[in-house]
Amino acid sequence: MSGDGSIKLSAVTFRYPDGHLALDAVDLTIGHGERVAVLGPNGAGKTTLALHLNGIHAPASGSVAIGGVTVDRRRHTLAEVRRKVGIVFQDPDDQLFMPTVRGDVAFGPANFGVTGADLSTRVETALTRVGMSAHAHRPPHHLSYGERRRVAVATVLATEPDVLVLDEPTANLDPSARRELATILDSLDLTIVLVTHDLPYALQLCERSVLLNAGRIVADGDTAAILSDERLLAANRLELPFGFSGFGPGRTGNNPAHGHLLGAHTHRPRSGSSS
Amino acid sequence: MSSRAHAGIVASPGPLHRLGGRCKLLGTLAFVAVVVTTPPRQWWAFAFEAAVVVAVAVYARLPLRDVARRLTIELPFVAFALAMPFVGRAPTIAVAGLHLSEPGLWAAWGIIAKGTLGVAATIVLASTTSVPDLLAAFERLRAPRTLTMIASFMIRYADIVTDEMRRMNIARVSRGDNPRWLWQARAVGSSAGALFVRSYERGERVYLAMASRGFDGTLPVQEADERQEAWVPCLCPALIAAAVSLSAWILA
Repeated sequence: MSGDGSIKLSAVTFRYPDGHLALDAVDLTIGHGERVAVLGPNGAGKTTLALHLNGIHAPASGSVAIGGVTVDRRRHTLAEVRRKVGIVFQDPDDQLFMPTVRGDVAFGPANFGVTGADLSTRVETALTRVGMSAHAHRPPHHLSYGERRRVAVATVLATEPDVLVLDEPTANLDPSARRELATILDSLDLTIVLVTHDLPYALQLCERSVLLNAGRIVADGDTAAILSDERLLAANRLELPFGFSGFGPGRTGNNPAHGHLLGAHTHRPRSGSSS
Repeated sequence: MSSRAHAGIVASPGPLHRLGGRCKLLGTLAFVAVVVTTPPRQWWAFAFEAAVVVAVAVYARLPLRDVARRLTIELPFVAFALAMPFVGRAPTIAVAGLHLSEPGLWAAWGIIAKGTLGVAATIVLASTTSVPDLLAAFERLRAPRTLTMIASFMIRYADIVTDEMRRMNIARVSRGDNPRWLWQARAVGSSAGALFVRSYERGERVYLAMASRGFDGTLPVQEADERQEAWVPCLCPALIAAAVSLSAWILA
């Protein structure tokens, strides 16, 4: 994972075949090793944005570059970009389709030409990183939802990406599975793009957030600063869960507990980040 | 959640469970081929072949009652065979006042006997081999990858689609629907339509997830099954049946 995990979107516009404008001149630069949460209400264009990062969607205008490589429709560019950018989809049942966990984790690297002992090592390493190596021979649908999510992360880690994109990773997870996933993500030294409307999760994992609404970036900055701006959140159909509101710089005085919630999260200084 | 991936396999592992899938699959295919070529009028040959299946099932520690219960899957085909004595050609024989075609009776017997033995043999195979092992065996025998992949997807998503259908049914019934009545067939029909659209959309999402991991239309070859292939024991039932069938042809 020594490659360049930087992302640069320049004036990316995308329209679905039915005419719906999903992305409207989006400019976004993410440095190598940075962790960025993409926040926004349902239908804001978050998933569409994620699908531009590995060339599943091609922008109608504008450009996407990953690690300096401009994404185009050429076969070898797509293969390279899909190797560099791993996407963990919202529903693990969409991602896990092979008869066994091992087969699923091997699918990506095998597509990228890894074979034999190298492939076995990749699979073993990826499953160990998510704590699922004991389940390699099980069919994916015999696992719990949280375990399936971890295997889905492993299927992407096995391709040794430079960028990890997670689409609503906490959807349908119970609190322990949510915490276990956070521990795994926190241990990874990659560029992470976390697409979510789970605001506390964004605060826990990402130092920077981008707020997307109706296909446009309406805010880009420090996660804690964005989450403490109640007016900004309300204008974009986002809310902190009950018990979290009112924290943040200058707003913690009313309730010491809120200040504690904010204090519980620590921004780790990360090497190589440049935003 | 029910588990179709292990739909056939019997949980308590016997000696056959441990063997590689390829030799079991080929052994079963060979046995079925031999049974099909056995002359129907030598009825005793089928008794010997049935004894072979029972012996293998006992050796594999399969509960015989379960095997018998699973045999009911062939009933629709048996119903078809039962019509043959009534529509077959002369000569006829009178049984309980009915004039039945003699060649028709033999043909019906042949279908039922060969069908039952074939189904019983595949039940023994399915009870001792997991679906991933079976799919791997087909691949190692050079079955087209597209076909094994379709089978694998079907098994993988059958549970999810069935589950979705069950949830939709529960939601419909919770809102007062009672699909026992004919005039409510419309709701059932539109549920089926919605289920089709959902499955189609899931298919698209699965494809996106595959494309994201570098899928370009050709599937990577999966790792080989490292378990031992025991050719001799797996081909034994077919060889015994072949000896029986050959004797039947010589005596016929």
